[in-house]
Parts: sequence; C-alpha cells; structure tokens
Amino acid sequence: MPEWTRERSWELLLAVILVGTIVYNATQSPVYLDVDNFVNLFRLSIEKVIVAVAMTFVIINGEIDLSVASVMAFAACVLAAAHESGVPFGLAIAIALAAAASAGFVQGLVVAKTGISSLVVTLAGLIGFRGAARVLLEDRSIGEFPDWFGDLGRADFLGPMPFALVLFLVMLVVGGVILHRTSFGRRVYVIGNNADVARFSGIDVARVKLVLFTMSGLVAGVAGVLFAARLGSVRANIGEGFELDIITMVLLGGVSIFGGSGTLLGVALAICIVLNLRNGLGLANVEANTQTGVIGALLIVSVLAQNLLDRLPLRRREAEVEA
Amino acid sequence: MTAADVAGLHGTRRRPGRTAVWIRPERVKELSLLGVIVVALLVFSFLVDDYFSGRFFNRVTTSVAITAVLAVAQTLVIVTRNIDLSVGSIVGVTAYLTGQFASSNPSTSPAVAIAIAVGLGALLGAINGVIVAYGRVPAIITTLGTLAIYRSWLISHGEGKTITADSLPSWVVDLPTRTAFSIGGLDIRVVFAVVVVIVVVLQVAMQRLRWGRRLYAIGSNPEAAAQAGLPTRRLVLGAFIACGALSGFAGFLFLSRFGNITVVAGQGLELDSVAAAVVGGVSVLGGSGTLVGAFLGAVLIDVLDQSLVRVPQVSEFWRNAILGALILAAVIADVVIGRRFRRRWSAEARPHTRVDGSGDESDATRVPALTAAEQSGRPDA
Repeated sequence: MPEWTRERSWELLLAVILVGTIVYNATQSPVYLDVDNFVNLFRLSIEKVIVAVAMTFVIINGEIDLSVASVMAFAACVLAAAHESGVPFGLAIAIALAAAASAGFVQGLVVAKTGISSLVVTLAGLIGFRGAARVLLEDRSIGEFPDWFGDLGRADFLGPMPFALVLFLVMLVVGGVILHRTSFGRRVYVIGNNADVARFSGIDVARVKLVLFTMSGLVAGVAGVLFAARLGSVRANIGEGFELDIITMVLLGGVSIFGGSGTLLGVALAICIVLNLRNGLGLANVEANTQTGVIGALLIVSVLAQNLLDRLPLRRREAEVEA
Repeated sequence: MTAADVAGLHGTRRRPGRTAVWIRPERVKELSLLGVIVVALLVFSFLVDDYFSGRFFNRVTTSVAITAVLAVAQTLVIVTRNIDLSVGSIVGVTAYLTGQFASSNPSTSPAVAIAIAVGLGALLGAINGVIVAYGRVPAIITTLGTLAIYRSWLISHGEGKTITADSLPSWVVDLPTRTAFSIGGLDIRVVFAVVVVIVVVLQVAMQRLRWGRRLYAIGSNPEAAAQAGLPTRRLVLGAFIACGALSGFAGFLFLSRFGNITVVAGQGLELDSVAAAVVGGVSVLGGSGTLVGAFLGAVLIDVLDQSLVRVPQVSEFWRNAILGALILAAVIADVVIGRRFRRRWSAEARPHTRVDGSGDESDATRVPALTAAEQSGRPDA
C-alpha cells in the first residue's frame, strides 16, 4: 500500500527542517516566537507566497509560468494608469484583474492550442508584459491611492493579520481542497503525469491548461494589486525577479518540475521554511544576498535529497512486491 | 525537428534527383530569420534619417558580440534538452574576477586574461553539469540555484566595490574599438570577427562532428540515446562545460566593452540568451536548432533594440513589449512552418524506407506521433 509515499516522506523532511529552523531562531532572539514576528515574516513576502499557490497547480500540471512577476507589475500598472485617468478606483481594480486574467488566458491559449512549451511562451510573457507595464507608466511612479486601499495593504484585517495573509490562508485551504479532493485536481495530476494518456482517457487537456493559466494570471493580478496597496505607489519595475523566488518555493515544496507530483502542504511548509530561514539568517547577521545564495543551495540540495529518497523506498517497495 | 536530426545523425543527405529542391528545415529557419532582419533594416531605414551609418553598424556589432556568444552557449545546452539559467551570473563572476586580476596585474597579456575568464567559466559550467548529469537534478532547478549562488558569492566577494575602466590595462578597454578590417567603409571590429569565427567553427562542429550529432541525439530522445550506448552523462557535462566556457568568454567581452564592472554585472543576460536562441529557432524541448540560427536571433533582437531607440515615433518604453511579441511570433511561426515541412518530409520519405534502414522505423513512429501532436492543438472531441 502506498501509504508511505515519496510525498509524505518529503513533507516529513520539510517539517523537520522547519522545526529545526524555528527552534534555532527562537534561541537566537527572544521576540522570535511572537505572533507579530510570524505575521511580519509573511507581510514582506505575501505577494510571492500568494502566487506560489497558483504556481503549484501550474507546475503539477507539467507546465511553468515564468510571466507571473511581470503580470503582477502589469496589473499594478493598469490599476495605476486607470486611477490616474480618473476611473473610479473599484472599477480600476476590476480592470486590472481582468487585464491580468486575460494575460494568463492568452498565454494559456497559445500553450494549449499550439503545444509550444510553456517555458517559451511565458518567457515571451515575462518580457512582453513587463514591456506593457513600461508602456503604461514609462518611468513615472504613481501613488496617491485612496486611503482604504492603503489600509487594505498595510492595516490589520483579522486579528494581527493583514488582508493579504488572510487571503493566502483561504487560498491555501480552497486550493488544497480543489487539488487534492476534486476531480479537477485529479485531472491536473493526470495531465502532469502524462498528457497523452490523459488525452486518450478523454480529459479535455487544453481546457484544464487554459483554466490553470488564466487562474495563474488572475492570482498574479491579485498579488500585483495587493503589492500596489502595500507599497503605496507603483512603478513599472516592481516585483522584478520574483518569478525565481516563487518557483524556488514551489520546487522546494517537493513539486516535481516534470509535473504530476507534489502537494500544496509541501509547498506551504517550503514557504514557511524560506521565510523563517531568511529571517533566521537575518537575525544571525547574514546579509540578504547571502541568504539568496543559501536558498539557492537549499533548492539544489533538496532535489538531490529527493533523488536519494526516491531510491531507498523504491527498492524497499520492489522487494515487497517480489515477496 | 526530429526529421532533419535523424538524417544528420546517420550522415544521410537527401538523395539527389527526386528531391533536388529540398531545403532542410533549419536552413529555412535561418533564411527566414535573415529575411526578417533585412526587412527590419529596410523598415527602420524609412523611419529613421541617416539610418545606415558606420557608427550604427559598429554599435550593433559590438553589443551583439556578447549576446551572440551567450545565445550560442545556451543553444549547446538547450539542444540536449537542458537549460542554463546561470549564464548571466557566470558572465558577472568571470567579468569581475578577470577585471580584478587584470587591474592588480597591469602587465596581464590578452591570452592570460582570456584564459582566466574562459577557464573560470568552464569551472562554473562544470559545477552545473556535474549536478545535472550525475546528481540527476533537473537543469532548470540546478541553474536556478547556481544563478543565485554564483551571484551571491560574487556580491559578498566584491563587497560592493566596482572595477573601474582606468584601473584596467589599456588594451582591454581599447579592444572593442579595434578594427580587424574594413569592407566598403564598414569597419569590422576584431571582437565581432572573432565571435563570427567562433559561431562558424562551432556550427560546423555541431553539424559534422560525432560530438555535435550526439548532443542532438540526446536532446531528441534521451532514453533512446542512452539505449544506443551514448555516454549521455559525459556528453551533457561536456555541453555545460562548453556553455560555461563560452559564457566566461562573454564575461571577458563584457569586461572589455564596459570597463566598469559592478557586482550586478550581467544580471538578466540568461533570459536574453534564451530569448535569442528561441527567436533563432532553437526548440527548448531539445534536439533541434542551429548555432547560426541562435546567432541570427541575437542579431535580430539587437538590431531591434538599437533601432527602436532611434525611431522618433516610438518611445523607448516599447522595447520589451515588442521583444515579447517578437519571441511569441517567432515560436508560433516556427511551429506552423515546421509542421508543414515535417509533413512534406515524411510524405517524401515514405517511398524510400528500404534504402535507409535506420531512418524508416523512426519514420513509422514519427508519423502517428505527429498527427497526435497536431490533434492536441484542437479541442478534444
């Protein structure tokens, strides 16, 4: 019985690393275990973390979306440009989200209908939507949003948590149910495992991919709007390079880059590890840039470790089958 | 583009007579790219006064030298169905360290400086290659990691100091303006000439040498290549080392072009190199694409880049939007043209199945596979 799957052992390893990181950090700083500190960890990276939830679906599906950071900036710039030209703010937000969803939809359409690798399509998207953001705002910075919008980004919404964090937790639960408990979620896995088999089993592969890319765009748009709310002003270059951090979190969570395996729980653990590790390294006076290097190393080592883990239980299972 | 690969792998050209006008798909790609470049130049010459000038030619050729080397480096790895996202960081590290060495040893000769840059690049490439080939970590993960690791090492090593042009030996800074020879008033810079030679030599090697054909074979079908007894791990490692060495050379060119090198030098070049390769018709799924194509892709992007800023009607902010659209257009055109050619190729190849024994079984499997792939483009019934 596959009770003890690769994913379970991976999640256990992540949990051990996480607990280790937290215990170490707690010994380094007395305020570390404060709820406020934990909320703060998330506050500064909340946009990336939100996008990571959608990215998990996309990568499990066997695709990748490199354009998310650019779509974030694109949505924020659409919002700012609409606001600047006098559109009511609520409508401006709706336009920005619609623009981001269409950005995802167009890329999904190209991926699903032509079969071109999503790496290429979303690389074009990465460059192109950043370009669109730049066309909209040029080198200006636009701010002076309504007060309630700034509060949305910075003020406490539920207990000590800002709106974005609550949204993230809701997304995590809803996403987890969709991915692990619905037939749509199973289809995402099946396609990621083998798109041809999925197609011959009668799954509408193109439609699932279209839905996922549109969702990825929409979620990136939401993150972009929330980023604008937190920063208080928007430039065309916001969020540059976020895609790499986001993908790192997802892959560290045990999601296979080839698709078909991984869990949202693993990704949630990986997110906590990355945030706690950065915080802990910061407490230990390690510079931000070295932290990035450490997380890069963690990414490689994690997959190396997965390869080793893969070998051990597999042999055991084969031995059981023979017996 | 498995069709032409198979032909090349077995050293069979199309038989003369029946298909006398046959052109291989990659030649079509290269020629159409060349056509697009010419069209772009003509369009810009209408939009911009005094467009064709010696200065413009120099500006394009010096800046394309760096991206072209990186595009070629990236292609070597991509044809094996891998990717190297760390090339920008390798450029940064090699440019910075070579600059540091040259500025503290003013008597550094060109050979030594280039050897340091290339050797260092090869070393960093070897680290990538070992992790990918022997650690079995997917290339995108490995190089995403080393992208961060190499850069963060450089930042902590450099401590925010900048290598300045006046601390470098004068030959380094003068190199980009050195002219090799002139044709009809156009100066061909030494750097550009060297890069063209590198591209041509490597292209011939990829097309003619066993090593090159084997890289394509791995990218077309890794399992089949391993089954056929190819030393796939060693070959992939070799591709990463070659990519690193070329990126190191690009780092040297970066140093000589800019002179002032900060710790963030070369950031983002990895995406430029992938973009150039993709525009040049290199398939990220591996097994397909030529170095000349990647070179032309780099030239096209650079021509657009350098020309758009001179068009008064277009603001400089359009650059990325146009580039993104261009990449998308290039890959879609590639799929459409490629499909048509493959269909023709397989239609022609079928009557010959007996002549080239090694070719026909792949044909037989390819044709249904192709139709399946085509059907995937349509909504499922």
